Amino acid sequence: MNDMRILERDVDTNTIKIAARGVQVYYGDNHAIKDVDVDIQDKTVTAFIGPSGCGKSTFLRCLNRMNDTIDVCRVEGDIRIDAEDIYDKKVDPVQLRAKVGMVFQKPNPFPKSIYDNVAYGPRIHGLAQSKSDLDDIVESALRRAAIWDEVKDRLTAAGTGLSGGQQQRLCIARAVATEPEVLLMDEPCSALDPIATAQVEELIDELRQSYSVVIVTHSMQQAARVSQKTAFFHLGNLVEYGETGTIFTNPEDPRTESYITGRIG
Amino acid sequence: MTEASMPAPSAPRQRVSLTAPDARTQKRKAAEARFRMYGVAGIATGIFFLIVLLVSIVGSGTGAFQQTFLNVSVYLDPAKLDKNGNRDPADIRKVSTFGYTPLIQDALLKQVQDNGIETPLEKRGDMKAMISASAAAQVRDVVIDNPDLIGETVDFRILASSRVDGYLKDRVKREDVARDKNIDAEHLDLVDALIPLGVVKKTFNMDFITGADASESRAEAAGIGVSMIGSFFMMLVVLVLALPIGVAASIYLEEFAPKNRITDLIEVNIANLAAVPSIVFGILGLSVFIQFMHLPQSAPLVGGMVLTLMTLPTIIISTRASLKAVPPSIRDAALGVGASKMQSVFHHVLPLAAPGILTGTIIGLAQALGETAPLLLIGMVGFIASNAPDSIASGLLDPNSAMPAQIYEWAKRADPAYYERAWGGIIILLIFLITMNTIAVILRRRFERRW
Repeated sequence: MNDMRILERDVDTNTIKIAARGVQVYYGDNHAIKDVDVDIQDKTVTAFIGPSGCGKSTFLRCLNRMNDTIDVCRVEGDIRIDAEDIYDKKVDPVQLRAKVGMVFQKPNPFPKSIYDNVAYGPRIHGLAQSKSDLDDIVESALRRAAIWDEVKDRLTAAGTGLSGGQQQRLCIARAVATEPEVLLMDEPCSALDPIATAQVEELIDELRQSYSVVIVTHSMQQAARVSQKTAFFHLGNLVEYGETGTIFTNPEDPRTESYITGRIG
Repeated sequence: MTEASMPAPSAPRQRVSLTAPDARTQKRKAAEARFRMYGVAGIATGIFFLIVLLVSIVGSGTGAFQQTFLNVSVYLDPAKLDKNGNRDPADIRKVSTFGYTPLIQDALLKQVQDNGIETPLEKRGDMKAMISASAAAQVRDVVIDNPDLIGETVDFRILASSRVDGYLKDRVKREDVARDKNIDAEHLDLVDALIPLGVVKKTFNMDFITGADASESRAEAAGIGVSMIGSFFMMLVVLVLALPIGVAASIYLEEFAPKNRITDLIEVNIANLAAVPSIVFGILGLSVFIQFMHLPQSAPLVGGMVLTLMTLPTIIISTRASLKAVPPSIRDAALGVGASKMQSVFHHVLPLAAPGILTGTIIGLAQALGETAPLLLIGMVGFIASNAPDSIASGLLDPNSAMPAQIYEWAKRADPAYYERAWGGIIILLIFLITMNTIAVILRRRFERRW
């Protein structure tokens, strides 16, 4: 049944949002990402799968230069978003991260009110002209993250007081509030129960309308459910990249097949 | 596999009742009980010594908060105090305390004779041992302020001598008086007779809290007030300098500085500085601030700067620890929505670390408040005999003392009356420290309770 659903999925557009060529990442002496080429399309959910330590999260963090915060980490190669090299010296990573939002593995709301959590990004980027503007941005972000109905009566309550699933959706709302063009999600459901996971997955599917979504996941079912394109990483190499349906039903590389069938990983 | 090489499975394990613990379990239980006992014993010893300390401090120090006074009516003789009779302030000032002493002694003698007390002390000079050397100055100050009082008989509450004060506080005993040339047994008899009449009276001693230090022979007049002001100014300097410098340095080192050999070296040295004896900071202050920069000696500004140097490592270490304790996910979250490094630190990390920073700062301040050694080297043991109101006007650059240095000075002096003052000073110092620590706890609770 799952397979049926996968086969029905098409890639909506063919515009390339992110183009990576010859990306190498080193942590000190450790060569973590080896010569990865990948094209990530706009308005598409792209899933990165692979065993632990294969470099999928590292590669994801290259896309908004979060790796810059790690001293020993060194990135080589060429990553372009809308044909602009994001590792160009003139690029300010702060501006880049406003354009490429990120949701982390563990829900990490700020210890502030729900409203302030969502309003923080728009505030520092000056997206709102007035208080009512900001209210609108917060409301629409919370609505898009499918959490508005649950929190609309307690926007001044602490974001950290929500349940795990709600916190993660709050973090998604926080990420979409800055109007990014790409949304990176690093195992967004690993700390959530199945019900919250289902809610977040539904949300990801909706977000696809407006953003290019890149999701790292350990769950192959999740990759199959939410993504249109899948990339399989193994030991720092991008082994196979293609339509999710093809990867899961008819992989070219034997390593992909072994991983999907559960023989390695 | 032979029988010998492998331990033969022993006879079916004996069934042991759960209600009867076996030897091994009993041994483990005994070890645990012993360990608990050591803990309880350790804590009990600590509490015992703390109680002994508090009892001895309070027992020895409360005396300083009480003082014996003599209520006498002094006839301010115009013939002695204003020979020209024109009440000219300049003329009145010319009369030194030597002009007042006989008047006070006469007044006390008259009080004794009017009340019909039988005593062999019949001369004016016999009263000297009863009256503090400060009394004349006290009366003179009042007269200079109010020249119109000359010619009248005015009621004064003057300080009794420290021996009389000690007699009322059981510090001076009758059997010791024989060897004491400052006071005789007859004086004590006289004191006994004057107590019921209300002439000699022991009351609360506000002057100890607000007053200035006094010379070696006038223990009864010494107070800690002026050095309290000195300490206050120093704490102000420490707070103003150490808090921003310390917090900024730790934020830079913790959040911005590249991790390399140089920052490692700095880190190690900060940790070492925290363990450097405080007297070394005193020498540093002496050579840099006083000898090189020519700042005035004994000034609270210099004292505060030296204590700042001493407190900085404490503040930096505690601030860095509380910055480290902020989960990295908060920094990631802030960077992830496009905050700059600085915004992520100041908007998110610093508020979360604030309780720890405040606690560290207040503990650093408390440490600085109680520090004596470096102050001795930069001369913060000024002998300031002027009283509080004049010194409050004096500021950061005027010579002063500090509470712990003042206590040290008193403890050094020979007169046992100063011993009592030293303990009294320690009580005040402890009250300050406890207050500061309480503030630290309250601030921490308040900030932590926000979420």
